[in-house]
Amino acid sequence: MKFINLFKRKKSCQVAKDRLKILLISDRINCSPEMMELIKTDIAKVISKYMKIDTENMDIQINAKGSRGSREGKTPTLYANIPIIDLHKM
Amino acid sequence: MENNFSTEKKVSEVIVVTSGKGGVGKTTTSANVGTGLAKEGKRVCLIDTDIGLRNLDVVMGLENRIVYNLVDVVEGNCRVKQALIRDKRHPGLYLMPSAQTRDKTAVSPGQMVKVIDHLREQFDYIILDCPAGIEQGFQNAIAGADRALIVTTPEVSAIRDADRIVGLLEARGLEKMDLIINRMRMDMVKRGDMMSSADVVDILAVPLIGVVPDDENVVIATNQGEPLVGTDTPAGLAYANVVDRILGKEVPFLNFEKTISFWTKVTGIFHRV
Repeated sequence: MKFINLFKRKKSCQVAKDRLKILLISDRINCSPEMMELIKTDIAKVISKYMKIDTENMDIQINAKGSRGSREGKTPTLYANIPIIDLHKM
Repeated sequence: MENNFSTEKKVSEVIVVTSGKGGVGKTTTSANVGTGLAKEGKRVCLIDTDIGLRNLDVVMGLENRIVYNLVDVVEGNCRVKQALIRDKRHPGLYLMPSAQTRDKTAVSPGQMVKVIDHLREQFDYIILDCPAGIEQGFQNAIAGADRALIVTTPEVSAIRDADRIVGLLEARGLEKMDLIINRMRMDMVKRGDMMSSADVVDILAVPLIGVVPDDENVVIATNQGEPLVGTDTPAGLAYANVVDRILGKEVPFLNFEKTISFWTKVTGIFHRV
């Protein structure tokens, strides 16, 4: 069984890197995951007025551009990826 | 050793050794970098800024020679010179210990800068051992620094704290900083269970100045109160390289894989299956 697990298991180093990347984005921009969730629901509410969107699969994130993000004077950007189910809801 | 201080223009560099997280090796790094610089013939002053929890004196093996400390200097109970302990093993190496019975509020950043400015005239390098955390002790330590060495280990918690420290230092306008990755285990990196130095540098985006392997000789050296920099041990060599890089020399990074013997590799294969 251990032999099979060896192939299945995601290397813990990769897990650590993935966790850190998400952690540091919110640390650096000083924006908590809860706040991101609030922003997400608000955006969904507004867009839903005009078209039918897939709220389950929408994704928003703040990308700090540049190696050290906003500290180097580059502006962080909010990316929203919202799948549209029906463009003409009305 | 060549003595070229008298002809050189006196430009001292104040280096703060910091990490955010505790227990990653700030004090060990301070002791080894300071001792290494002294071995290279530099005049070095180590300052323990961890008031209330002093350790640098113990790591340096100078704990029995403390009379006055940093707080005594700040409060005017003694002159700066009286609080400096000379390390007899290395000419030019001095330690200013911290107070054990006081707390961080006993010193302010302004007072710290004043003490450092006084020491700048007499030393080539002033190494500040910073306490863990980002409170007043940290603020005191970074107040007079020209340059920072950020110590981290390849772990999520240590890297997260290091990132916070980088942010705080940048906000303070302290731009010159370098990264030391401590307790690296190449065997774990190789099997994908530890972040490599490249991974850590990629995440933190701070220039790398040294990778120190996880070496039991560090514990032995601390037991004996004698920094292992320059000795023929993996960590001793790594610290010697850090010292050379601080002095501006180009030194290739060590490949610790060589320290893993063929036999360990063979047995390692059997352990895994």
